[in-house]
Amino acid sequence: MSSSKILRTLAQAILAPLIALIVSVIVTSIVVSIAGASIGDFWDVIFTVPTHRNWVNITNQSSMLFLAALAAAIGFRMNLFNIGVEGQYTLAAFAAAAFAGAGWLPGKLNIVGALLVAMAVGAIWAGIAGVLKVTRGVSEVISTIMLNAIAGTMIGYLLNNYGNQYGQGRRTTPIPGSSQLSGWTPWSAGDGPIWTLTILAVLAGVTMSIVINRTRFGFDLRATGMNEDAAVASGVKVKRMVVISMLISGAIAGLVWMPALFGAADYYGPPFQRALGFTGIAVALLGRNRPLGIFFGAVLFAWLSEQANPLSLVADISPSVVQVTQGVVVLAVVIAYEVVRRWMAAYEQRELKQALGTEVRA
Amino acid sequence: MSAAVTEGDTTAGAPSGGVVVRDILKQFPGVVANHDVNITIRPGTVHALIGENGAGKSTLMKILYGVQKPDAGTISVDGTEVTFSSPTDAIKAGIGMVFQHFMLADNLTVLENVVLGAERLHGIGDAARAEVARISDAYGFGLDPDMLVERLGVGQRQRVEILKVLYRGAKIIILDEPTAVLVPQEVDALFDNLRELRASGHTILFISHKLDEVLDIADDITVMRRGQTVGEADPKTATKKQLAELMVGSELPSPETEESTVTDHVLLALEHVGVVDDTGRPVLKDITFSIRKGEVLGIAGVEGNGQEELVETIMGMYRGTGRITLDGKDVHHWDTRDRREAGIGFIPADRHKHGLLLDAPLWENRVLGHQTRPPGSNGLFITASDAKADTERIVREYDVRTPSINTNARALSGGNQQKLIVGREMSGDPVLLIASHPTRGVDVGAQAAIWDHIKRARREGLAVLLISADLDELIGLSDTIEVILRGALVGRFDPQSVTPQELGSAMTGGGDA
Ligand SMILES: Nc1ncnc2c1ncn2[C@@H]1O[C@H](COP(=O)(O)OP(=O)(O)OP(=O)(O)O)[C@@H](O)[C@H]1O
Ligand SMILES: [Mg+2]
Repeated sequence: MSSSKILRTLAQAILAPLIALIVSVIVTSIVVSIAGASIGDFWDVIFTVPTHRNWVNITNQSSMLFLAALAAAIGFRMNLFNIGVEGQYTLAAFAAAAFAGAGWLPGKLNIVGALLVAMAVGAIWAGIAGVLKVTRGVSEVISTIMLNAIAGTMIGYLLNNYGNQYGQGRRTTPIPGSSQLSGWTPWSAGDGPIWTLTILAVLAGVTMSIVINRTRFGFDLRATGMNEDAAVASGVKVKRMVVISMLISGAIAGLVWMPALFGAADYYGPPFQRALGFTGIAVALLGRNRPLGIFFGAVLFAWLSEQANPLSLVADISPSVVQVTQGVVVLAVVIAYEVVRRWMAAYEQRELKQALGTEVRA
Repeated sequence: MSAAVTEGDTTAGAPSGGVVVRDILKQFPGVVANHDVNITIRPGTVHALIGENGAGKSTLMKILYGVQKPDAGTISVDGTEVTFSSPTDAIKAGIGMVFQHFMLADNLTVLENVVLGAERLHGIGDAARAEVARISDAYGFGLDPDMLVERLGVGQRQRVEILKVLYRGAKIIILDEPTAVLVPQEVDALFDNLRELRASGHTILFISHKLDEVLDIADDITVMRRGQTVGEADPKTATKKQLAELMVGSELPSPETEESTVTDHVLLALEHVGVVDDTGRPVLKDITFSIRKGEVLGIAGVEGNGQEELVETIMGMYRGTGRITLDGKDVHHWDTRDRREAGIGFIPADRHKHGLLLDAPLWENRVLGHQTRPPGSNGLFITASDAKADTERIVREYDVRTPSINTNARALSGGNQQKLIVGREMSGDPVLLIASHPTRGVDVGAQAAIWDHIKRARREGLAVLLISADLDELIGLSDTIEVILRGALVGRFDPQSVTPQELGSAMTGGGDA
């Protein structure tokens, strides 16, 4: 690669997100002022240096968003729209909590068992959509949306019949103390721990980027995404790839809530965090389906949510306004990448023209 | 330089109509596709544009049709300077274009395809039908407006494309390699249509790599080399040899079989192979043939008579009845990957659809189809550095013109994409090569090189199934020629004695009539 090309790639990598960020700031400011709040106060809150406690929360939250986005991205790379990350991780979280709560396995082994259960349940739930697609031609968009609804109903039914009453709602049996993880407390205990299983996000991210970029399987997956006919002619069994990709996507989705389960929640019940699956899809778009991009996207989203909490106190505006920001960021990124790509092309042409002016006429 | 060929001087006096292109410059990242391009197209003539692969012909046509914007230079139509920011502008100025890859909706009728997007001209009712019928009659197209396009052959589809352009009022018609997909009879029919169009005052600009055709129909010839127009030739006096020299500066090749290298070892055998399509219509009927090591079996036929289905059945992309054996082994339960791993190379007829990942770099395209073996992978991981090194080899041996092996396949000209595919499929010592139109869209020099590669591999025992619309290529390379018509093999010919005329008549069923 020539140095100018490296420069261009760098510029594209930095310039596009930067433009997207600036556009998002402007649009959000307009929304905030329409909502009747002070723009200055709003940004003051968002850009306050996070406290130690905030940092811990941002880290924990990003790990779950990252896993959800990674799950969605694997499908996207193959033109599969797994909208069902939501249902997959919810059902997997419930199953893993129930399994771990039963305490069949001792201590840490119980955790490993529960993780496997979570991955299996997520994989099966996504796999159903994959199998329906290749055998019956059912669009995975439709089937995963329906599977989301079914997952919700199923959990409600199971909790009602087998769960324990707890306060206003119902929950699974809490997991035994020996299977809980204390996490890592970089600052004082009052700031809370960084959950041990946030490491799952790192492991999954590294593994998937190797699998997608370096392995034969990943090549087949990308080839299918780029040109299905050519992939078939090259020997890729596309139907099998669809099912396998859905299984992998679902297995990763299954892990989404695991850091929280073993780090803080101890059971599946009312404090369960919903919508991570849908937010994950937005983060995947933001990160352009690349692990590194998704990482930054997840941190950004987690930051915005965390920093927004005091908004109603300080700036008299609902914290949900940051959801507007999150939405705008995704749109802005998609647009900014295209704009920057065109700039780069135009710039390249000017460069060439100058080089040519001396060469061709010589 | 001979008297018939005037190098460089393209500055004829401004005509009263037609198209004048001056000093066009067009660059892509890393490539100068056009520079100092000057052409004068006289009104009411057929103008041919020739040049080697990557010379910039398609780019120039796209500029004239407003698909791409030139970085510098001017275009004038009928004496007035024009700038096109989209094909809509070009159409307004009376310029229409037929791309090499047809853009028709199969499940619509001829009429619907023509009217689609031009509803404002004559509505979509009787007026439109009358207009379509009028144009079809006027130029002898013989198209039925209510025929479904999926029922049409390639030649007819091309006429629909031309009709579309005429319907929109084009006076200047651009055709990019219109004859590449046609068999000789269809070429003759096309040329008759073009002559009618010329007689009625239309101007035609077309690209071809087939110099005989160019000499046959063109009134003027412009030659491009390395992005530049380098000269004009007069078809009345120029010879193929002169044109080829102007284009590539090399001798004109002709495919000639040498001594037969056919062995007794049967490599591929098909017995009573049949295939039906989704609607239950038979597309291959009782196909039986065998190819031995060192043998080239040519299949002659008008496109759309089952060739696609035949190669895709052998590749395992279609399932049919009957028996296929590779080197004695029944391949019924083998999928496409098994067959490729067993050493089948596959040059598809449609390179964009089946042969390339257009948005992936060349070296990844080298891996495509070879994902399971070196140098593409070690079974589990892609071995990028080996794949890159081997891509460099292909680029060198097959003369693929590209800025680098990290360039995306999309940026290559059609002929250079084809060379890359041929190089890839000849890699890894295949035992059987399924070659559909292996030299489609490549220039005369590259064509000769590809023929040499195939001949060399055949001497070393390669079995080849060759499908081609180029009868000279078929006759020159094949040891045996089978003719396919409506999904069945209808005749077997010895290339030593058969003439293109005889083949042509068998291909269209003329032999039985
Ligand atoms: N979209 C593009 N991006 C980058 N480079 C391009 C693009 N289109 C064409 N080129 C380059 O411009 C040059 C001219 O290409 P063009 O397609 O005009 O050739 P051509 O004369 O039509 O060749 P062929 O006979 O092989 O079709 C080539 O070097 C090609 O690689
Ligand atoms: Mg071309």
